[in-house]
Amino acid sequence: MIKTLLKSVREYKNSSILCPIVMVGEAVMEIIIPFFMTFIVRELENLAKGETQSVNGGNIALYSSIMILCAFLALFFGAWGGRLAAKASCGFAHNLREDMYNNLQTYSFANIDNFSTASLITRITTDVSNVQNAYQMCIRMLVRAPVLFISAIIMTSIIEPLMALIFGGAAILLGTVVSICMVKVYPHFRTMFRKYDDLNSVVQEDLTAIRVVKSYVREDREISKMKRASGEVYKYSVKAERILTVMMPCVTLTMFIVNIFILTLGSNMTVGNISGNVSPSKLQTLIHYSAQIMSGVMMVAMCLNFISLSKGSADRICEVLNEKTTLPKPEDPVFEVKDGTVDFDGVSFAYMQKADENVLKNISVHISSGETVGIIGATGSGKTSLVSLIPRLYDVSDGSVKVGGIDVRNYNMDTLRNSVAMVLQKNVLFSGSVAENLRWGDENATEEDLRLVARQACAEEFIDALPGGFDYDLGQGGVNVSGGQKQRLCIARAMLKKPKIIIFDDSTSAVDTKTDASIRSALKKYAPDTTKIIIAQRIASVQDADKIIVLDEGVISGIGTHKELLKNNEIYRDVYESQIKSSGEKEVG
Amino acid sequence: MANVNVPAGKGMRGGKRAKAPMKTLGRLLKYAFSRNKVATVFVVFFVLLASVANVTAASRVSEIISRLLDYKPENHAAFMSNEMHTVYMNIIIMGCIYFVGAASAFTYNIIMMYIAQGTLKKMRNEMFEKMQYLPLKYFDTHTHGDLMSLYTNDVDTMRQLLTQTIPQIISSVITIVAIFVFMVMYSVTLLFVVLLIIVAVFCLTKFIGGRSAKNYVIHQKALGSLNGYVEEMTEGQKVIKVFCHEQKAREGFKKLNDNLNEVGSKANTYAFILGPVNNNLGYIQYVLVAFVGIMIIAFGKEIGLLSIYCSVQKADVANRVAVMAGMMVSFLMYSRQFNMPVMQVSQQFNAIVMALAGAERIFEMVDTKPEDRGGDITLSYGEYEKDKWAWKKPLVGGSYEYIPLMGDIRFKDVVFGYTDEKVILKNISLYAKPGHKIAFVGSTGAGKTTITNLINRFYDIQSGEITYDGIDIKSIRKDDLRRSLGIVLQDTHLFTGTVMDNIRYGRLNATDEECIEAAKLANAYFFIKHLPDGFNTVIKGDGANLSQGQRQLLAIARAMVSKCPVLILDEATSSIDTRTEKLIEQGMDKLMEGRTVFIIAHRLSTVRNSNAIMVLEHGEIIERGDHEQLISQKGKYYQLYTGAFELD
Repeated sequence: MIKTLLKSVREYKNSSILCPIVMVGEAVMEIIIPFFMTFIVRELENLAKGETQSVNGGNIALYSSIMILCAFLALFFGAWGGRLAAKASCGFAHNLREDMYNNLQTYSFANIDNFSTASLITRITTDVSNVQNAYQMCIRMLVRAPVLFISAIIMTSIIEPLMALIFGGAAILLGTVVSICMVKVYPHFRTMFRKYDDLNSVVQEDLTAIRVVKSYVREDREISKMKRASGEVYKYSVKAERILTVMMPCVTLTMFIVNIFILTLGSNMTVGNISGNVSPSKLQTLIHYSAQIMSGVMMVAMCLNFISLSKGSADRICEVLNEKTTLPKPEDPVFEVKDGTVDFDGVSFAYMQKADENVLKNISVHISSGETVGIIGATGSGKTSLVSLIPRLYDVSDGSVKVGGIDVRNYNMDTLRNSVAMVLQKNVLFSGSVAENLRWGDENATEEDLRLVARQACAEEFIDALPGGFDYDLGQGGVNVSGGQKQRLCIARAMLKKPKIIIFDDSTSAVDTKTDASIRSALKKYAPDTTKIIIAQRIASVQDADKIIVLDEGVISGIGTHKELLKNNEIYRDVYESQIKSSGEKEVG
Repeated sequence: MANVNVPAGKGMRGGKRAKAPMKTLGRLLKYAFSRNKVATVFVVFFVLLASVANVTAASRVSEIISRLLDYKPENHAAFMSNEMHTVYMNIIIMGCIYFVGAASAFTYNIIMMYIAQGTLKKMRNEMFEKMQYLPLKYFDTHTHGDLMSLYTNDVDTMRQLLTQTIPQIISSVITIVAIFVFMVMYSVTLLFVVLLIIVAVFCLTKFIGGRSAKNYVIHQKALGSLNGYVEEMTEGQKVIKVFCHEQKAREGFKKLNDNLNEVGSKANTYAFILGPVNNNLGYIQYVLVAFVGIMIIAFGKEIGLLSIYCSVQKADVANRVAVMAGMMVSFLMYSRQFNMPVMQVSQQFNAIVMALAGAERIFEMVDTKPEDRGGDITLSYGEYEKDKWAWKKPLVGGSYEYIPLMGDIRFKDVVFGYTDEKVILKNISLYAKPGHKIAFVGSTGAGKTTITNLINRFYDIQSGEITYDGIDIKSIRKDDLRRSLGIVLQDTHLFTGTVMDNIRYGRLNATDEECIEAAKLANAYFFIKHLPDGFNTVIKGDGANLSQGQRQLLAIARAMVSKCPVLILDEATSSIDTRTEKLIEQGMDKLMEGRTVFIIAHRLSTVRNSNAIMVLEHGEIIERGDHEQLISQKGKYYQLYTGAFELD
């Protein structure tokens, strides 16, 4: 996992390596300062003992200058390290996001279905921030802190080895206690975060469904759900924080006990009861070191804690990075689609490999280039699945789909998809102007081109009525236009591709019948050679087609013209009759 | 640490500060501590004790060092019998003080943790409870993202404020004051040196911290626009694939991502520099104190209390140096200790600003006036007549008048607009006789859904009157009014739980059999049976794994279970194909039987057998009548029906 993540460090490798080194510099300076302090205080010590009559001002000035210099160096190193850490961690996060997003772009529909949109967004944003924080902690602290306490111990052993032993022992003891606490607290934190998620989803759900809640007067039920969720959060937060609350005083207490030891021992050494090389001036330095050592141990513990907490996020990021597209690239791809013929040859298909039932079962059908084909069937009969196989949004489980006589799996993906335009059922427009959205179909399209396809899709009139016309901003997700207008823009966008095959997946459901009809006739007129495949709910949308396919639970129940199917397909007749009353009366009225 | 899982907000709220910070702080403190008065007293007491203990422990060190400095090998025996005794005493006292300090710190931390967590829990619950009863207008004017972040980001800043900032500030202030007193006693000159550095620390913190805060606002904005981009593009990922637009998507992302990196790196740099700068300024101070201290002791005269102390003691030179050196060592320790809280307070400042802004938003929501509860007429079942619904109107003297619930709904000159400026419905009058089926037809924004929103009082009308069985709906208790109306909304929302739970949402005491029966009538039984666990399949994330049509079938089943006397179907079958719609027609007929039904439908075949069809345009009823009448009028309905006009 760490290997996968570290691949994204790239150009920030230098900063990432330099940062800990610089931080070590800071730590060393911090350790040197108290050491020199000993020399200054010793001057006083000698004065007090009467060994000297006055202090050596030169020495004091020298040592003080050295220490000030050290402090400035430490400041410089610290600030530099901070800058490096910022650069490295932000850069790392940047690369992570980029890698994730780039990999996301290679995903197939099946891959996208694997992750929910919401989870992909969280992974790219929140999870990356968490990992960034942990990374920053790592390079700033994880090397500096151990160096801080190890060099403090080394300096101590120069002063008095016995004292170093005490420090070492205390650090190990403290390290153990803190580690135990961390190990114990970790599962609680994990659970706590899960409970947080639960709580958030209660709120989220309530917000989106507030009208249902109010309509059914279920406020109390929601409140009790919330109470349960927040109670759980409370329970596990308390569990986790209780351990941390115990830990902190443990640390200070250890430090205090060490101080007591040092003072007792040091006093006795000073007066010569115990042999040792300690004087009051050294004693004050040792007390200083004890604080540094303990803070070093604490910092390491905090880092480890941060890292372990971000592990969940790291896992989720790796899932995105490691996901391989389910659509393998052909070895020797074909770069041209000859024409718009489509052949389904014994096609079976299931969205998941382990699914016990296929969505499509053994479908064989031939569609000639330039034909208009209608597809009719109930919800869940497999209409969308069938047409999704043509631009290779999914791969078949069995059999083959051929476009222009060649298996879709042998085409270069962009070649295939540029020749097969699909107007999706759940279609989306993006923020930006009308023209920008249309140009998705062809970025080099001229204004005349745009106007032409807009006219074909019966969208010209309303676009001109919009303030700013083609420059009108559609807003995020195209919120500023109505459903029917959105559908027509999506159709225009697809037509702009001048595809060999165009597929309408229930794309005119919000468009009135008259407009629907004129779009179809425009298609016929302007794109006679394009194969047109139309999924529709309305019989009217397909009844003029060359061929109508009736799907029922994943199998073809009938193929034929409107008339043929009326005669010999019961399902088609049913659908027709459920709608015909109106069209029947239309003629009367 | 708890903010690890909190989604990064949209960033638009990042730069906001509290409008009345002191008032908000007061209210927040009252909210957190007034319930725990005794505990609060304990916390303050132990914080005090811990800080004082910390400070006094250091003063013992000076005593010990002073004594030790006085040691001369030639009078070892005398020292051992007198001075060493004092040294031991001081060590023991120091140990005790340390212990008291640590124990107090532990105690107040644990109490504070319970107070904080308890407060957060209470706050979340109260926010949520309040939110349930807010009028729909509130939800219309606040995005889900903003409301969500009240529960995540804002409550989380509160957690930090309560568990960390407040105790730290109390303890810091006490420590600073105590150390200040000690410092004044020891040496005014040295105190001056310390203060000099403190001023530097403060200025630098303000400067660097200010830069950092400013850049964080920019950073938040950049993060917000990146999030927005990812959100929009990921929603449309399938379209991107179909149009081979991957490269373009990458480029757009790269631009925002690069920008985020740049501003993020800047903001973080300032934040990361602040710590080392302050820390090492502390070292500079440490050295300066030592230097100046020694110079004073060796050469100079001290104007502080120390010199008075020494002159009173009439100590000899060596002894004076020993005492002063000991004190200087203490002073060195103090100056390090002094820096810590000053740094902490200056760093906590940002946390306080954020927490107060968050608290203000929370209080704003909690203070929003809830929906009124309506009148005092309630709904009763089986009280008036067995198995019959009736309105129960309290009369003077404690008795009740029962008005049988028929489902007679009338609008009289109703005028309504979501805001006062824009009128949506103009002078609407209509009546629905018991058992009638009333349909609304018209284009988007004509006011169809608005009408149904007025019946259940999601919104209140500006003028006119709506009556329900002759009673003004304002005098009916709102909960009961809504309970009498079954609604299937256009956007189906399901809840986390089993399929069975979701159907039962319509009536909580419905038996399993009743739920299954409803599912069968709604034609949902077939697909439910095909789900992995049938009726016990858990639906997650608003039913993301079900198709829109299937979700609508479940919503219809839910309404069927509810047995409400009046039904509102708002585009209830819009995502169901015509053949399936045909199949559930029987069920729908049964559902509508004997009930007053309001239907909004896009598909005209759904409404044609209604008793009355209202064609709405721009908030006015422009045509009304049954299907035949409207067709023969050859007006708008006729045009719509023949497909000459678009409905959306």
